[in-house]
Amino acid sequence: MSETLLAVEPAVEWPEAARAEIAETLTHYPNLRSAVLPVMWIAQREWGWLSPAVLRLVARTVELPEPEVFGVATFYTMFNLKPVARHHLQVCMTLSCSLMGADRLFRHLESKLGIGHGESTPDGRFTLRRVECLAACGGAPCLQVNETYHENLNEARVDRLLETLE
Amino acid sequence: MSAPRGPLLFKDIDAPGLTVIETYRRGGGYETVGAVLGKKSPDECIEVVKASGLRGRGGAGFPTGMKWGFVPKQTPKPKYLVCNADESEPGTFKDRELMEKNPHLMIEGMILAAYAIQANTGYIYLRGEFAEIGRIVDRAIAEAHAAGLLGENILGSGFRFALHTHLGAGAYICGEETALLSSLEGYRGQPRLKPPFPAVEGLYASPTVVNNTETLMNVPHILKHGPAWFRQWGTEKSPGTKIFSVSGPVKRPGNYEVAMGMPLRQLLDDLCGGMRDGFQLKAVIPGGSSVPPLPASMLDTGLDYESMNAAGTFVGSGGVIVIDDGTCLVDALLNITRFYRHESCGKCTPCREGTYWMEEVLLRLERGEGRAVDIDLLNDVADNILGKSFCALGDAAAMPVMGFIKHFRPEFEHHITHKRCLTNRRRAALAEVMA
Repeated sequence: MSETLLAVEPAVEWPEAARAEIAETLTHYPNLRSAVLPVMWIAQREWGWLSPAVLRLVARTVELPEPEVFGVATFYTMFNLKPVARHHLQVCMTLSCSLMGADRLFRHLESKLGIGHGESTPDGRFTLRRVECLAACGGAPCLQVNETYHENLNEARVDRLLETLE
Repeated sequence: MSAPRGPLLFKDIDAPGLTVIETYRRGGGYETVGAVLGKKSPDECIEVVKASGLRGRGGAGFPTGMKWGFVPKQTPKPKYLVCNADESEPGTFKDRELMEKNPHLMIEGMILAAYAIQANTGYIYLRGEFAEIGRIVDRAIAEAHAAGLLGENILGSGFRFALHTHLGAGAYICGEETALLSSLEGYRGQPRLKPPFPAVEGLYASPTVVNNTETLMNVPHILKHGPAWFRQWGTEKSPGTKIFSVSGPVKRPGNYEVAMGMPLRQLLDDLCGGMRDGFQLKAVIPGGSSVPPLPASMLDTGLDYESMNAAGTFVGSGGVIVIDDGTCLVDALLNITRFYRHESCGKCTPCREGTYWMEEVLLRLERGEGRAVDIDLLNDVADNILGKSFCALGDAAAMPVMGFIKHFRPEFEHHITHKRCLTNRRRAALAEVMA
């Protein structure tokens, strides 16, 4: 388990809007446990990442032991277990994207931003990550920025895209 | 108005505003719900789907009607219908387009399937990256609910069905149906032992049918027009159409709905416009990255379950990945193997250890440190995974390794003897594509 997960932080509480959304989500399932992924998504949207304090809040919310919740959070790749920047650049590196230039695109982003896989720019603007297949193979190479897909990229297009991301 | 992109699911796919329920209904959408619920028996619906010969479009190709028939009729437990919209097999991107453009067809298919198996609750399990698609589907669900097509007493039939989306969070394994159910229950997405099969003990240990998005979208058409109509496309054992997602350096990559049995060559040459200038076709992976590739000499193979099996590969999910002659196949196979190593859930030894060792050996080849015994070693490790892992992920990792070596062994030998790729023209050719 990473050091971040073991750090001690003050407890956090849900904002009112999130509380209402969670209450509605819980009605979708016959038990609390099934809501663990949806509740984590709500938390990640609220705080940007799942800090240990946030994971403890999730555990209380769905009434699960903390280790269970930490185990679930670490299984899935999309939960951020450390802070990410405003624009999370996720470059697909799987075969179809690789055939169409993903490796080159990733190297370009690395050198342009001066950061590697899993790192963020010091100004908190970009986090760069290699990810696996995004189901956008027909528009390879594909880059997911936060929730949005950008397809058929090359160096010039990705440069223009970055300029629009403040 | 451009020509229809396909006979069934893609017929109106690009119609403007199709995500809005009024537009969908103007084209006859949801008519089948009214014609079936309370008017035909659930068993009749199952029989029609059985007779249509519809097979699962997610990858396994299991007969859909038969799967529905396994759900026990008399049970005190609730029943569930789950749509597998995880679309995680590399090379596959059809369900994303289907849901983005025609979510109501999926909802209609789910209402009908739920009625056939008498399930009152359904979930659509979307991969986490599909958050934006999820919002489109959620809006469509809300519209259907407001129109009395979801919820209590649907169209006065007495049948009730509640439907919810559920977002995964990045895990290939969750496309495997029992891992998907674990994930939906709030556990790590690890597979479960079969039997019991989900139809008997699935979600919350209750009878559950898990069907792929494309499979469910065929259901309204089949129940509306009947099995004989559906069988006008495809072959005897592979009836209907299938959407193939084509990627790689072809002129027009994208999703194509074709009658099953169409020769692979016709899909690539006529529909996709052939290869991009400067690229020659070397290999095609026809059904997602987990299936063995076909060399250029086998392009006349039909895109149906039987023909593909006879050629030593599978229709799978329909993810057609085209590999050009400038691509080093050791490099390509390393990419595939790295994917499965990354996605192995760690539950069983053959998959967890085997995918790691296959990647290590391929990395050795890629670095020019390969030994003469390494090709047989790769085959041996793959053979020790195939059929011996807990779920199909192990097979998915083993089959490409065995298939690439079977068809392209000289290229692997060249890599070992010369300590470098047989070809490295890809980077030069790509420079032009990306300019």
